[in-house]
Amino acid sequence: MKMRMMATAAALLLAGSISAQAADKTKIEFWHGLSGDLGDAVGEVCSRFNASQDKYEVSCVSQGSYDAALQNTIAAYRAKKAPTVVQVFDAGTLDMMLSDAFVPAHQLMEKNGYKIDWSKYISSISDYYANSKGELYSFPFNSSSALLYWNKDMFAKIGVTEAPKTWEEVGEDAKKMKAAGIDCAAAINDDTWALMEQFDAIHGISTATLDNGYGGLSTEMKINQTKFVDYMIFLKTNLDAGLFKLKVPQNGATIVQAFAAGDCAMMMDSVADHGVVGRTQKAGMNWGTAMLPVFAGTKRLNSLVGGASLWTLKGHTEAEYAAAAAFLNFIGQPTSEEFWSTRTGYIPVTKTGFKYLTDKGFYKDPKYAGREVAIASLTASEVNPHFSRGNRLGGFVQIRKEIRDAMNTIYASDAPAKAADPAAATRTLVQAELDKAVERSNAILRRYEKTYAGRDLP
Amino acid sequence: MARKTAYKAAWLGGLLLVPQMALVLTFFYWPAGAALFWAFTLERPWGGGNDFAGFDNFLSVFNDSAYWEAVIRSFVFAFSATALAMLGALVLALFCDRQLRFFRVVRTGLIWPYAVAAPAAAVAFRFVFAPEAGIFATIVKQHPDWWNPAQNGLHAMLMIIVAYSWKYLAYNFIFFIAGLQAIPRSLIEAAAMDGAGPLLRMRTLQIPLLAPTFFFLLVINLTDSFVDSFGIIDITTGGGPSKATTLMVYKIYFDGFRGLDYSGAAAQSIVLMLLIMVLTFVQFRYIERKVHYT
Repeated sequence: MKMRMMATAAALLLAGSISAQAADKTKIEFWHGLSGDLGDAVGEVCSRFNASQDKYEVSCVSQGSYDAALQNTIAAYRAKKAPTVVQVFDAGTLDMMLSDAFVPAHQLMEKNGYKIDWSKYISSISDYYANSKGELYSFPFNSSSALLYWNKDMFAKIGVTEAPKTWEEVGEDAKKMKAAGIDCAAAINDDTWALMEQFDAIHGISTATLDNGYGGLSTEMKINQTKFVDYMIFLKTNLDAGLFKLKVPQNGATIVQAFAAGDCAMMMDSVADHGVVGRTQKAGMNWGTAMLPVFAGTKRLNSLVGGASLWTLKGHTEAEYAAAAAFLNFIGQPTSEEFWSTRTGYIPVTKTGFKYLTDKGFYKDPKYAGREVAIASLTASEVNPHFSRGNRLGGFVQIRKEIRDAMNTIYASDAPAKAADPAAATRTLVQAELDKAVERSNAILRRYEKTYAGRDLP
Repeated sequence: MARKTAYKAAWLGGLLLVPQMALVLTFFYWPAGAALFWAFTLERPWGGGNDFAGFDNFLSVFNDSAYWEAVIRSFVFAFSATALAMLGALVLALFCDRQLRFFRVVRTGLIWPYAVAAPAAAVAFRFVFAPEAGIFATIVKQHPDWWNPAQNGLHAMLMIIVAYSWKYLAYNFIFFIAGLQAIPRSLIEAAAMDGAGPLLRMRTLQIPLLAPTFFFLLVINLTDSFVDSFGIIDITTGGGPSKATTLMVYKIYFDGFRGLDYSGAAAQSIVLMLLIMVLTFVQFRYIERKVHYT
């Protein structure tokens, strides 16, 4: 009897201490902008972290889209109810840097006793999220770069076994494909990240003055004075010749759908869609990836990172920051990177993670083979401080929209088709539209500069 | 002079007003006040800054040629959509009121679209009109370039007008049918006995008697078509191709929420609000005079 009572008491005590421990867990919120399958994948990252230790608990909340994640976080921050960690997409980086609303990543980790070897990050990735001293402000999370996807079966029809390396080759191959009865050599869209930002970085030309905005808020757009004009002419000429096809959702199919269905032989797209193509491709289709082509005679620089990074916001307790630091540290571990890169098409952001995956033979698996090209592209050269660090442009979302509008106007115009000299008319059209886009983008930049008057870039 | 029923104690009336006033204050005056403040400052999205900017925000809005293009587009959209939704509804209501065969089923069916949420309707229309994958794809296959809202601005505009009107047609239909039912049957029967056919009766009797309904719907339709088009545009065209379907309200959304230019968007909202006030005033001042309430 006595024994039973003691056992019960012991059990109660034990239960009490366990529940006390559960209550002791520091809980933080992490808001992100991914939804659908990618949103589920983020949820799994959080579960893995929660299961890996018993001191902290992160609850991951999808806000549906990058835009919504940023908008809702701003609203919550202004109401003093912001999450501890938030995912912000690449174009929002400058807004975050000037917000005064965050705890810099390097400070957070230092304060919480984590010694992070910051040089382990692939420099073209970390430079996008670092201040001028190279200190990381946020943690790169879902990262990607743009690649050329090519359909090996369709290239075989014209006797080509390797992906084109230059745009000149792309043009030649497209003509041969047309002759061989292939309707769509390349699917193109209006994505400025894959078509403009990557093009400029790889070719070593400026998107904007002052090192693409890294040098200050008084930057101005330059895309109407560079080789990018020729690139737009190239795309438009091939579109008008019926060799390339415009694939946008309003049309009925995206470039990914068109490529995966085997309708188009090439597309320029993020490595993040590598898994999507694999899952949705026409059965038996042979395809591969390659670095984005360049114009002949170009000395290739590294391509740019895309995706989003994780920011820690101000206004939380020490315990909550400890939880955030533990979570961010967990995400940077090679095993976490392995999980993330396996589960999604995103790439590892650290050299250690990449090496870990390579050593394990990850990139030999036919399911994932080709994704290493993204790392090769991101590390094709040392990061060039003038051209290939990234973009620090105020109102970047609006600027991207202006350029997208210019692209769509160019794509849709029938002026070259009607002109006596189509080549000259194409050049006039492209130049006029890019001039307009630059003028409008500069107005956005000046407005941004005024809004943040007196502020310097960190 | 007999007075209408009134509360004896003023406080009771006041008390009954409170819930309504609380709603209006929270959801209209407060946000409108914030917008007014932002419109005259340079608001940083994360807070801070906001120095007084005078009329700078308004000037930069007015100096933007894209803004004026959006204004013109908004007018074209508003008047086309209102005309289509009202005339369509009027014709359908007149015929439904004649109580032809199956009119009850038809009447219920015509009311339904208004219950469909704008984004859902937009998804349906996007599918119908998509040139490569939709229902129109079969026609486009025969005649390429005949229809392509993804690239042709005019087609895109037509698409959002039709999608928007489809929804408001149902709304107008309810009011027209109710208005028609309020016309005494004896009047119509008398006209019929005098030898007036259905079309003549519609023209000389029913439509003139519908004038108050017509006026009410005109005000509502015009106002709503300036502010309520967002759901349709965002799903079907996203304001494109290029800016062909960027109406004033969509530009406010894009600049403010996507572009985080709070002050610029606030200035645009104030302009839009003033515009709607002026429009409504003009309608009451000049059109209502011609309306005879029975």
